[in-house]
Amino acid sequence: MNFPKELHYVKSHEWVKKEGGTVTIGISDYAQDALGDLVFVNLPEPGDEVTAGEPFADVESVKAVSDIFSPVTGVICEVNEELLDHPELINHSPYDAWFIKVEQVTEEEEYLDAEAYEAFTAEEAEE
Amino acid sequence: MKLIFERSVPGHGCSVLPECDVPTVIPEGFCRQSRPRLPQISENDLSRHYTELAKQTHGVNDGFYPLGSCTMKYNPKINERAAALPGFTGVHPLQPEEDAQGCLEVMHRMETMLCGITGMDAMSLQPAAGAHGEFTGLLLIKAYHKSRGDERRTKIIVPDSAHGTNPASAAMAGFSIVNVPSAADGCVDLNALQTAVGEDTAGLMLTNPNTVGLFDKNILQITDIVHKAGGLCYYDGANLNAVMDIARPGDMGFDCMHLNLHKTFSTPHGGGGPGSGPCGCKDFLAPFLPGPRIVRNETAYCMEYQNTSVGSVKAFYGNFLVVVKALSYLCMLGREGVREASCNAVLNANYMMHGLSDLYDMAFDETCMHEFVMSLEKLKHDTGVSALDAAKAMLDYGIHPPTMYFPLIVHEALMVEPTETESRETLDEAIAIYREIFQKAHENPDALHHTPAHTPIGRPDEVAAARKPVIRYDYEAVLSEND
Amino acid sequence: MGRFVASTPAEQQEMLKHIGFDSFDGLFAHIPKEVRFKGELPLDRGLSEMETDRALSELSEKNKIYRHIFRGAGAYDHYIPAAVTAITSKEEFVTAYTPYQAEISQGILQSIFEFQTMMCELTGLDASNASVYDGATAAAEAAAMCRERRRRTVLVSETTNPQVLQVIKTYCFGSGTPVKVIPAENGVTDLSALKEALTEETACFYVQQPNFYGILEDYESLGNAVHEKGAKFIMGCNPIALGILKTPAEYHADIAVGEGQPLGMPLAFGGPYLGFMTATASLMRRLPGRIVGETQDAGGRRTFVLTLQAREQHIRREKAGSNVCSNQALCALTAGVYLSTLGSDGLAQAATLCTSKAHYLLSELEKAGCTRKYDQPFFHEFVTRTPAPASVILSALREHQILGGLPLGENEILWCTTEKNTKSEIDAMVAIVKEVCTR
Repeated sequence: MNFPKELHYVKSHEWVKKEGGTVTIGISDYAQDALGDLVFVNLPEPGDEVTAGEPFADVESVKAVSDIFSPVTGVICEVNEELLDHPELINHSPYDAWFIKVEQVTEEEEYLDAEAYEAFTAEEAEE
Repeated sequence: MKLIFERSVPGHGCSVLPECDVPTVIPEGFCRQSRPRLPQISENDLSRHYTELAKQTHGVNDGFYPLGSCTMKYNPKINERAAALPGFTGVHPLQPEEDAQGCLEVMHRMETMLCGITGMDAMSLQPAAGAHGEFTGLLLIKAYHKSRGDERRTKIIVPDSAHGTNPASAAMAGFSIVNVPSAADGCVDLNALQTAVGEDTAGLMLTNPNTVGLFDKNILQITDIVHKAGGLCYYDGANLNAVMDIARPGDMGFDCMHLNLHKTFSTPHGGGGPGSGPCGCKDFLAPFLPGPRIVRNETAYCMEYQNTSVGSVKAFYGNFLVVVKALSYLCMLGREGVREASCNAVLNANYMMHGLSDLYDMAFDETCMHEFVMSLEKLKHDTGVSALDAAKAMLDYGIHPPTMYFPLIVHEALMVEPTETESRETLDEAIAIYREIFQKAHENPDALHHTPAHTPIGRPDEVAAARKPVIRYDYEAVLSEND
Repeated sequence: MGRFVASTPAEQQEMLKHIGFDSFDGLFAHIPKEVRFKGELPLDRGLSEMETDRALSELSEKNKIYRHIFRGAGAYDHYIPAAVTAITSKEEFVTAYTPYQAEISQGILQSIFEFQTMMCELTGLDASNASVYDGATAAAEAAAMCRERRRRTVLVSETTNPQVLQVIKTYCFGSGTPVKVIPAENGVTDLSALKEALTEETACFYVQQPNFYGILEDYESLGNAVHEKGAKFIMGCNPIALGILKTPAEYHADIAVGEGQPLGMPLAFGGPYLGFMTATASLMRRLPGRIVGETQDAGGRRTFVLTLQAREQHIRREKAGSNVCSNQALCALTAGVYLSTLGSDGLAQAATLCTSKAHYLLSELEKAGCTRKYDQPFFHEFVTRTPAPASVILSALREHQILGGLPLGENEILWCTTEKNTKSEIDAMVAIVKEVCTR
């Protein structure tokens, strides 16, 4: 399983990439693997506000639906609409298949680095 | 199998309607540009098409159907005959009451019997299905609190083992949901419930026996906790087949409920419906019941509309012919037969569980009610064979699998509800099949991943179906193929 | 007496003993005494099948079955082809459950896929579900589909069937959705009142084709007004009328719903009927209930499955758009068989017969002294004022085994004809009306 070093992670299995004032958010390789083949994504709209620790989207597999949580508080400036037609991108390359970009970030959750997150997923997998 | 559109031949058809015997009128300016592309097919080809479809449809008539929480009992044929009587099928719902006395009597008698069986005081037959009855019951709860000016009560408590319709119905009725975890024994955790209730509690939704097939012994404490907090108790009647004439929701402390006539009262499921989900309640909620109340005065039955009602949840008076079928069933069962049905539903479930419990892990290893839940977690761990694999393997034996992956609180769950209408021989055969699958899982697990092998089709690609939905026949695709 | 329990009392005893119980009481011993039922159920002794057959027949004979029906108002007396009854009585279809196990349910799944296709063809829209309870609940579910965070108000035309309006209101009471009824003018929706009511908070507007008075409204203008404000346009349609009338798609409706009862289901005192729902592709995932899709099995064979299930209550629970679980699958099958029996020519013929007879009936009633209430185009229902009280006319008809139209007021009747009403039947009925009115 792949955990790129340059990204930040949270325990609800989202990854975060910070570039200037913009935060890009997606779900980790571990998360997509656990969720199985994704068939649809419900996305928010640009201009919507997100709150750290609160769901902003959900992903559907054939037999389940799972919330995706925002690691930050801020305002959505861009949404990856390609995922609406191609949810399988999340399974194939989770770190390219970003969900949203957020600006005006006022609050961030505590991040794990790649190493700590990998250790965390190993623990969780054992349970 | 060809689609009916692929059997269509231009110019073919059935001769059904006569020539027009009055001047023909066409609504000029209101006509569609092109005709709908319906099949053009002779009656013979039509008949054969649907016969072929019927052959690829597994009903209760085709074999054992122990689908947990669905009560797939035998559907007596006398029910169908009764519901096909021209004296019922030909009644217009808006013809005068004096011309529909038979229908009103059917409804009144049904309401009386269902009230007796459930311990409720009043009943509306308007809801068309179980979920519809749930929604109705929750509207009663909403209207009740509103009538008392108690607008703080916005939350419905639902155990994590509940049917998915429970939280969905509560949400439709405008409530927010408080999920309470079940205790280790699969029943309601009294401490968790005590913590969950409060001034914002509108009510609790519960089924008893619960979704793991156990009778919750603390039922009186449970309903008491909710009542003391000012909430009402809603009974999900999906599992009523276990307790008819044994224990009544009304005596357990429930204030309102629904029944599933298409489960407990032997009316068929029709491939998904129509069902009937009467909503019953105690007297204090009766003013809020939807639709007309059927009352009997000195000379006749009549319909009374209450201005306190939540309104109508459906046009007219419910799935009336389904009610006729259920009445026919209850006429035959009578007082003794109702109890006999529940006793044998519980007996058959325990008999089957007994025949399997040395091999399969039971989620809760105690006397069950009308159904039991097995967990294949260990089997999956040991052999890689999942609940899904085991279920699919059963298809090759010509029996319908149990309910899979429900309730959510049991991992790798298979929920088995044999019903009282299955003979000991059928149960023994099913037990033998389940046991054989268990053996195969250990001997040749790989083979089970590829079951079923002897059905008209193999496992469908559900991921592809959901990613790129094709939900209608595409004429254009066929046309371009032919170019 | 065997009451569908397969085992004999002796076999039951053996089975009890086999699992370690002496009696049934033992099986229920764990149920607390305080909740054990000790009373007597209000049921009679069980009857034999023959007695049951007789009892139910006698009950059915207490109803009056009219030979001639001129009443609609939401339930229509159409001819049901023999093939429809025969095919839909097949035990496999009747006794199956929801087709969760696709491998042994291809027949019912395919029949639903075919039904979905036919509903799309009738309405011109892209996506259909597998049915809901009836036309009224379909309308209420459609309104719920349109609700968005900032758009919550539901507008409904006053020309809507009162039963449908009532159900929309009940569902909206549940969800806390404001409902506003748009007044009518001369039997059709008042367009200027609609324009006034439409705001940025409007979720949708619902109107019927034909409306409760049988009238065909100016759906083009209504739809345009709704879309100008960014709200959704819902049309409630009569499926037989769609054999010839402009489709909801041609009027740019976002959702089409309707009562499918005319497609082969008997009057049956109001049910079971059939709610159908179709929508544009962009609303497909908001449709409630079951949807069947096409895919392939492991061997590459065409296969049908329940799909898009993550919308539904068993997965999405309290976040599901609807709680619907059981639907009216057998009624959807009925509609599919009916439409296949008639074909597009037959359906157009049925529609033409319905409207032609209604126009003939109106002209004859006018000769008998009745006057048309609304000067508007209509399909197979219309309202007349009557020179004699409606109740007197209807009683006179009743004596001749005729169910006249629905009284809407002291001197107002909503009439309906279908292909079943022959010219001679119409003439005989009008003669009675004339006789009463000139008394």
